[in-house]
Amino acid sequence: MSAARLSLGRLALNGAATLSLGFILLPLFFVFWLAFFRQEIPSFPPEGYSLKWFQAAANNKPFVDGFLLSLQVGVSATLIGLVLGVPASLALMRHRIALGPAINTLLLLPLVMPGIVLGTSLYVFQIETEIATGLPVLGSAGGLVAAHSLVVIPWVVKLVTASLAGFDRTIEEAAQNLGAGPWTTFRRVTLPSIRPGLVAGSLFGFVTSFGNLEMSLFLVGPGRTTLPIAILQYLEWKIDPTVAAASVIQIVLIGAAMIITDRYVKLSRVV
Amino acid sequence: MARLSIEHLRKVYGEFTAVDDCSIDIADGEFLVLLGPSGCGKTTTLRMVAGFIQPTAGKITIGERDVTTLPPWKRNCGLVFQSYALFPHMTVAENVAFGLEMRKIAPADRAPRVTEALRLVRLTGLDERYPRQLSGGQQQRVALARALAIEPDVLLLDEPLSNLDAKLRQEVRVEIRDLQRKLGLTTIMVTHDQEEALTMADRLVVMEKGMVRQIGTQRELYEKPADRFVAGFIGRSAFLDGAMAEAGRFRSGGGLDISCKATASGPATLALRPERLAIGADAEACANRFPARVEHVSYLGALLDIDVRLTEQDRILLQVPNRPGAAEPKPGDMITIGWAEDAGLVYPREAKA
Repeated sequence: MSAARLSLGRLALNGAATLSLGFILLPLFFVFWLAFFRQEIPSFPPEGYSLKWFQAAANNKPFVDGFLLSLQVGVSATLIGLVLGVPASLALMRHRIALGPAINTLLLLPLVMPGIVLGTSLYVFQIETEIATGLPVLGSAGGLVAAHSLVVIPWVVKLVTASLAGFDRTIEEAAQNLGAGPWTTFRRVTLPSIRPGLVAGSLFGFVTSFGNLEMSLFLVGPGRTTLPIAILQYLEWKIDPTVAAASVIQIVLIGAAMIITDRYVKLSRVV
Repeated sequence: MARLSIEHLRKVYGEFTAVDDCSIDIADGEFLVLLGPSGCGKTTTLRMVAGFIQPTAGKITIGERDVTTLPPWKRNCGLVFQSYALFPHMTVAENVAFGLEMRKIAPADRAPRVTEALRLVRLTGLDERYPRQLSGGQQQRVALARALAIEPDVLLLDEPLSNLDAKLRQEVRVEIRDLQRKLGLTTIMVTHDQEEALTMADRLVVMEKGMVRQIGTQRELYEKPADRFVAGFIGRSAFLDGAMAEAGRFRSGGGLDISCKATASGPATLALRPERLAIGADAEACANRFPARVEHVSYLGALLDIDVRLTEQDRILLQVPNRPGAAEPKPGDMITIGWAEDAGLVYPREAKA
């Protein structure tokens, strides 16, 4: 009786897991499938298969430019996010700071803020800054990178503070006892110990920046379009599988990045 | 190697005085143990010597060098942490070489010194292992090798044996002591384990509530404890509260007249070591003899622990050899106990809080 109930429970659990996995994987599966259809208007059943949409995506200048811009913005924002996020995490975890928990929440806020809200606020802020200083901010590369840093910081702070929480500080003392100054101690002992958090934070921060659409919509300037925006603009006129092909390339790249990262840092352990 | 001198060291945290006016001189090559209950300030003192805590007042000198305000990385003290604090991402060899690397010693010159340090702690051949691949005892040795490799002026040991199991602790205790003697290292060890302290130290410092209660050899601490705390902390003592009636006469709270070798006056406590007490015929020759009721007897093989009551207020623990054939006292028996005049140590009574 109880064994039967147990196996019934297990069955339900496995069923639920399968269902949610399917829910996640099904759209990915269709995007992959669609990218290889031969016909221009996606319809079932496919008339045949072809690789021409991949060629079309690679020859589409807005896509290529968008990809390069997203890559540049993503990398720059991740670097800035690290430079600001790591010291912030150290300060929050190591010292009793007035309003520490409030600051921590503030740093994580961009993660839960809807992109539209964030975009609108930054748009207004950047216009006001431009008026106040006379410097070109809105639509500039700098303005875009600054905004993207904002969505990278929460990931860095979240994952680096998690790494620091389990970190034994006596090994820092051991290093100092053996003759290492503060900077050498940080570089040789602290940094290697929080590396999993750093790597995972950078990866997720980069992916968030790379795929960001809503916030970027408010902040890009003429001739400066990120890949998600380029895809959106393309979709306004056409729905051929070029978009699916571009998406497949993105998914494969990000998937590869995660698999490679996971070889060095077990992502499931830090996130 | 160098002598170490701590002068009037003091550390205050807000209202709390962690260490108060601590002065200790440690000779070159001496093994000194700081002993005391937890919270007595022994670890704070050690950490001030290592440079991790800045003293509020006082001076620390290693050799001829005043290190009081130097940061930890300029002190050349080898510290073995209670948790070992090995670098988890470095191999055993890299751990041991770290201090040498910090001293800008060329890689070629480091290797033989790492090998030598590992040989000293009998860990040859484990160079390429990572700390997580080692047992607790092995990790402890790596920590020791790492501290020794830098050829420190002073070796500091912070409860180094507390994470080892009992059997291993015995072995490592002897090993550390042998190594320390062989290398002639000036050493301070912190522990709360009395047996560990007594077996390893040249001299001991008993601390309580941030104060140094007594500094001395094992024999000095046991036979001439400076105060009631030391008498109770090092070995066991039975205490009788009372007052000095006149020089050489102590009157207990329960009204017993006890002759002793003290000249103090006023409220006092008489401390007696359990093994200095005699029972039955052995008590005949003693200056102090009293009838007592047996309350509890513990059979310890070679010895018997006996709790007796002399009066309503006066209870004593005694320890007597377990002679074959001798009748064992039973709870409720009336016996005679006695002790020599010089067995009782008298301490002025501390004011009750």
